[in-house]
Amino acid sequence: MRHDSDAKARTKMAGPDSANWQDPLYDLLRANNITQFAYVPDAGHKVLIDRSLADPDAHSIPLTTEEEGVALCAGADLGGQRGVLLMQSSGVGNCINLLSLTAGCRFPLLTLVSMRGDFGEGNAWQFAMGQATEPVLKAMGVVVLRCDAPSDVIPTVTSAITMVFQAGQAVAVLLGQRLIGAKKF
Amino acid sequence: MAQLNKLRTSNLPDAVLDRRQAVPALIERPSDFLIVTGLAGSAQEISAMTDSAPGVFALGGAMGAALSMALGLALAQPKRRVLAVTGDGELLMNVGTLATIALQNPPNLTVICVDNGHYGETGNQDSHTGLGVRLDTIASGAGFAVVHTINTEADLEEGRRLVREGNGPIFILLRVKEGPPLRKGRNLVPHLERDKFRAALLG
Repeated sequence: MRHDSDAKARTKMAGPDSANWQDPLYDLLRANNITQFAYVPDAGHKVLIDRSLADPDAHSIPLTTEEEGVALCAGADLGGQRGVLLMQSSGVGNCINLLSLTAGCRFPLLTLVSMRGDFGEGNAWQFAMGQATEPVLKAMGVVVLRCDAPSDVIPTVTSAITMVFQAGQAVAVLLGQRLIGAKKF
Repeated sequence: MAQLNKLRTSNLPDAVLDRRQAVPALIERPSDFLIVTGLAGSAQEISAMTDSAPGVFALGGAMGAALSMALGLALAQPKRRVLAVTGDGELLMNVGTLATIALQNPPNLTVICVDNGHYGETGNQDSHTGLGVRLDTIASGAGFAVVHTINTEADLEEGRRLVREGNGPIFILLRVKEGPPLRKGRNLVPHLERDKFRAALLG
């Protein structure tokens, strides 16, 4: 439910700048043969989600909890496909134990995390997990990269794709609230 | 006294099957499938049945991952029949994955829940299913069009047919008595499990 209400608010805020990086980001992921898009919705990922739903050559996979996506991406790798997990920072907390699957088995994992409890956040509920997102990911062996400007996104995700699918690492790209906008209260 | 009572809605007969015979009788030739198992009993049993064959990925931790992993695998390998074999406790930890699978509607995926109604690895505490929660009903509600419950040996034949020929996603609830699974030494080095599986499937 938290995601739904947040999604509506962020959607209203998303201006032309948002579209400027999100469409090329989808194209980048598809150009790198990522076909399984797993997500719990967030407005920060709206374009990626909509594009995956409209793409006959991709699987668009809504999850009931983000940890399913960690395991789903591992299963995709077992079968020779590439996946990406799209989630809000609150969902990172839901993933913790299943990241032991990624770490222990050395599964590649690419996740794009839209931030809450970050730059300009007005809802106190979001701070504990938002501020814990990076240390939690690092504690579970996930490399953390960050984007705070539209011009960061493509080079950072390009680098992450190399680290994940060439070097076999688990990498989270945090999409900061400077980039995606803070919800107004 | 804090006692948990059986649910008033509980309406299944007592389990009579022994998993050590029922699981092999249901799956028959495991080499015909790609298999992801949940941790503990299911992992031990399938590993023992197959001598840890390369087409088996057996979890040793990451409880709640089996069904989602099997879904990712089934989507990636649409020409292979994929089985997720797991226990009631493991499935209950991420029971929402039944809904996730139903929305994807993978025709090549069968979920087999070996339901002994207990947490066999941790002291044999009653699980929710042991107290009357029905995973077959939950699977139907989640959107599985094919749900088959195996209470007795007579129910196994239809299960065998569905596993091999059914149009998925299929949910099979295999109800077994308490008691140990088949067991044999198995690999517990996680990355070797991944490497073995991928090398055999993908070269």
